[in-house]
Amino acid sequence: MTLNLLIWRQKDVDSPGKMVPYTISNASPDMSFLEMLDVLNEDLINKGEDAVEFDNDCREGICGMCGLVINGVAHGPKRATAACQVHMREFEDGETITIEPWRAKAFPVIKDLVVDRSAFDRIMAAGGYISVNVGEAPDANTLPIPKVDADQAMDAAVCIGCGACVAACPNASASLFVGARITQFALLSQGQPERKRRALNMVEQMDKEGFGDCSNHAECEAVCPKEISISNIAAMRREYLKAVLS
Amino acid sequence: MSRFSSIVWSSVGKKFLTGITGLLLCVFILEHLSGNLLLLYNDSAPFNRYAHWLHGLGEVLIIVELGLAITFVIHIIMGISVAVRKADARPRGMRYHKTAGAGNPSRKSLSSVSMVVTGVVLLIFVIVHLKMFKFGPGVEAEYVDVHLTEIHGEEVRDLYRLVEEKFSNVWTVIGYVAVMLLLGLHLRHGFWSAFQSLGVGHPRYAPLIYSVGIVFAIAMAVGFLLLPILIYLRGGVS
Repeated sequence: MTLNLLIWRQKDVDSPGKMVPYTISNASPDMSFLEMLDVLNEDLINKGEDAVEFDNDCREGICGMCGLVINGVAHGPKRATAACQVHMREFEDGETITIEPWRAKAFPVIKDLVVDRSAFDRIMAAGGYISVNVGEAPDANTLPIPKVDADQAMDAAVCIGCGACVAACPNASASLFVGARITQFALLSQGQPERKRRALNMVEQMDKEGFGDCSNHAECEAVCPKEISISNIAAMRREYLKAVLS
Repeated sequence: MSRFSSIVWSSVGKKFLTGITGLLLCVFILEHLSGNLLLLYNDSAPFNRYAHWLHGLGEVLIIVELGLAITFVIHIIMGISVAVRKADARPRGMRYHKTAGAGNPSRKSLSSVSMVVTGVVLLIFVIVHLKMFKFGPGVEAEYVDVHLTEIHGEEVRDLYRLVEEKFSNVWTVIGYVAVMLLLGLHLRHGFWSAFQSLGVGHPRYAPLIYSVGIVFAIAMAVGFLLLPILIYLRGGVS
C-alpha cells in the first residue's frame, strides 16, 4: 500500500507545531496502524531525520497508552477499538491519512503525537481510590455484591484512561473518564466510605485541570475503545448532587 | 470561593442549573403555545379574554414573570459560561486540522453544536418579541376590544388586533418562522440534554427521553411557526 500521511510534528511543549506530509510506499494491509508508523520511523531514521514520537505500550488495546486522532476521529475509524488495534486494511491504497495528537489544554503536547495525560493521574489521586487495611487478601465472596452491581461497576471500570473522550469532545471535557471512575466505586461496597468525598473531589480536580464542561454531545461514548456509556456521566452528576445535598 | 459558589460554578453545577432552567422554560413555551392557539379563532374575544385574565392576576403574574426572567437569566449565564470554558479548554492554537464525527452512538448534531448560537438568537428574539407585543401599543394607543370592554366594564386591550397587524407584514412572518425553526433546533438537543444534565441518564429511559425531545421540538417549532403563517394567510379580520 502507498499512503500519504499528514502528521502533526511538534518539537516540544513550547514550540508551535505543524502538519507535515510524508509518503509511505511499503505498508501492508495486515500491519497495525502503529506498525505502519514504525515503518515510517525506520525510513526517517535511515534518512537521518527525527522519528515521529507516539505513545504506545501493550499494542493489544488494553493499556491505554496509545492515542492518535486518525482522520479526525480519536482512535481512528474502527468502533470500540484503540488506535493500536486498527489495521491498515481499514484504509484505501493511496489514501491521505491525517494523524494528530489528543488536543486539549489539559493535555499539553510533549512531542509530536505524545501528550501529557498526568491530569488524569491527579484526578485519580483526588478520589479514585478506596481505603483498605493492608494484610492478607480477604476470602473470596466474603463481601456479597449483587451480580448486576458487579457487572455495572465492571462496565465502568473497563476504562483504560486513554483520554480519547477528552480528545473527541467538542468541549475537551473529561466527564466520561471521571464519570466512569466515580461510578465504578459508587456501585461497590468497598467504595462507600469515601463515596461523597470522592464525587466532590474528583469533579473539583477535573475542573481545576482546565477540562471543558460537558455539553452532552456523546462523542466520547462513540470513540471510547471500551464503549463506556454516557449514563456514567449522568451517574456522576447524581453522585455529585447527592454529595452536595447530604 | 465559598462552598456554595464553587458548587454552582462546578462543571456539574452549571449543567444542573442549565438543565433545570431549560426544563422550566420548556414548561413556559408549552403554556405559551397553548395560549396562543386561541389566536386560531376567527374571533378576537377568546384570545383577548385570555390575555386580560392573565393581566388580571396582578401580583401573581408579577411573581411568575420575575421567576421566568430569573430562569432565563440563569439559563443564559450558564449556557454562555459553558461556551466560554469550551473556548478556553481547546484554544485556537490547539484546534484539530481535521475533525469528523464518530457516528453512532454520538448525539452530536447541528443542533448540539449550535446551542450557544441558537440560544443567543433566541435571546435577541425574546427582547424584540416582548417589545413588539407585551410592551407594544395597548389601551392608551386605542387598542381596545370594544366588545369585551362592554362586558367587563373595564378597558380590555385588543392584543388580537395587534398580532394580526404585525403578522400582516410578510417580513415579520418570515422572521418569526426562521427563529421558530431555530427554537426547534435548540430544543432538539436541549430537551434530552437537560435530563442528562440532571442525572436522569439511565440506559432504560434515555432513548425514550431522546425521542420525546425530538417530538417536543417539532411540536413547539411547528406550532409557533404555523400561527404567524395562518394569521398572515387569513388576512386582516376586523
